[in-house]
Amino acid sequence: MNADHLTGAARPVARPRFSASADWIGLAAVLAAAGAGYLLFPDNLALLTRIIGIIMLVLSLDLVTGFCGVATLGHAALFGAGAYGAGIAAAHFGISDPVAMIAAGSAGGALAGLLSGSVILRGHGLGQLVLSIAIVNLFHEAANKAAGWTGGSDGLTDIAPTPLFGVFAFDLWGHTAYALGVALLLIVLFLLQRLARSPFGMLCRGIRQDPIRVAAMGAPVSKTLLAMYVVSGLVAGVGGGLNAISTQVVGLDSVSFTLSASALVMLVLGGTGSLYGAIVGTVVFMLFEDFVSAANPFHWLTIVGALLVLVVLFAPRGIFGTSVRLLERSRRR
Amino acid sequence: MTPVFEVERLTRSFGGLAVTQAVSLTMVPGDRVALIGPNGAGKTTFVNLVTGHLKPDSGVVRLAGEELGGMSPMQRVRRGLVRSFQVTRLFPEMTPREHLALAILQRQGRTGRMFGTFWTMPDVLKESGALLATLGLESAADRKVAEIAYGQQRLLEIAFALALRPKVLLLDEPAAGVPQSETPRIDAALAGLPADLAVLMIEHDMDLVFRFARRVIVLAAGRIIFDGTPGDAAKDRRVREAYLGSYADDRGAA
Repeated sequence: MNADHLTGAARPVARPRFSASADWIGLAAVLAAAGAGYLLFPDNLALLTRIIGIIMLVLSLDLVTGFCGVATLGHAALFGAGAYGAGIAAAHFGISDPVAMIAAGSAGGALAGLLSGSVILRGHGLGQLVLSIAIVNLFHEAANKAAGWTGGSDGLTDIAPTPLFGVFAFDLWGHTAYALGVALLLIVLFLLQRLARSPFGMLCRGIRQDPIRVAAMGAPVSKTLLAMYVVSGLVAGVGGGLNAISTQVVGLDSVSFTLSASALVMLVLGGTGSLYGAIVGTVVFMLFEDFVSAANPFHWLTIVGALLVLVVLFAPRGIFGTSVRLLERSRRR
Repeated sequence: MTPVFEVERLTRSFGGLAVTQAVSLTMVPGDRVALIGPNGAGKTTFVNLVTGHLKPDSGVVRLAGEELGGMSPMQRVRRGLVRSFQVTRLFPEMTPREHLALAILQRQGRTGRMFGTFWTMPDVLKESGALLATLGLESAADRKVAEIAYGQQRLLEIAFALALRPKVLLLDEPAAGVPQSETPRIDAALAGLPADLAVLMIEHDMDLVFRFARRVIVLAAGRIIFDGTPGDAAKDRRVREAYLGSYADDRGAA
């Protein structure tokens, strides 16, 4: 032990409420869940990889909705831009290296975030919601009309990613895509955990709770929100890019209003404002959708609807948020 | 001493109603001024004109010699004109320590940082800790604001403004809604404000005004009708008629 340590000058305050170890536990839990998924559904890795892609979309939505309080039903625009970004890079520019495709995807997502953010953030409340719907419909229509680039309603094909790092080919069973997805998710989650408690993340939470107060301390509200929209686009773009790589096709559904609305449902299901809420909500929704639609193809939407009603009524903070709260309470007693 | 805050013939009307009429005042560092007046006297409009939330029809506002006309509210805050809110406007899910850290980071231009946390920034921890100690908020420092007492929220409202290191502080009814038993703590906080800070307090509670202010400005129907010491204000006939009324009589009788 050195002298500095003994004088205790380094740490004037003990850190309450969180510790860095909680972050690592979270990442380990995600890795364990990914491993369990691999063991439980070895024949269904394509579904699991798709779930990971959608998790990125819902995480990205959580950044603007859960952290900043921006209401949007058009977030698939960012995801779709990522998918098309990666797909077009591969199909038209011969950029088939998966890492470069992910980079193209996140760039596309960030650009879409900048674009749609600068429109959506001009509205408030209902107006904001309407703008977001208009934006995703415009993106959808643009992708439909620019068929030369996007394949229009037939979808964008000719996406053939080269082996990852020149070694791991994208096999028929989807092992490589799944491993890539899990790795990307862990990286994104690691970075977002840091973002959430950074000064910027604190400012965003402040904006959600009281934008007027934030402005009264001299901080720029709309510029901060726009920056978060770009970050959100980066994350959604990674998800879209992953989806393009794993399915090797990009369809118009990836920029649809339906996907935007589903993403919001998943976020509410899991719990807004926490990264793990977004993950839990997506996994529960998509596995539920998969199982229930297989068991009862006619009534699965009814059952999903019933589940959502139950969660909103009895667990208003979402599955994750309410579980955390119950755990905290039982610990206090 | 050179004035830090100057308002010259500030005027604003809504339709035909002149809500602020040629209001002028000058403050030097260390001033403790109370702005009082009956409801509808134009106090809120005056605050909004000064902070940049409303545009004046005419008149000039200067902070440390610099004209503020045309600047956004945000730019004015950054130059050192900071206000607190009458209705507590804090972030309910954040702790007092987080509030102060955020304000300090904002002052230092570091709120755009996407990595790192204030928990590992010794200067921010030290400064926020010192402010919490000054205002007696240490016991509540790491609880969510929604869970702390109202009086503590009022103290945090003051600390939050101070963390921005203002040159001029507009305190909008700092004791509004605070129970009698807790007003001594607000008093102590006000007494402990930095000596070189110019403070303009907008207040209804006359007892607090008389304890705090060394100068009182009385606003009635958009005009300044009195500018002087609290003692003279209580004796002034126009002030009594416009506002103090029975209060001053009670004081005189007691």
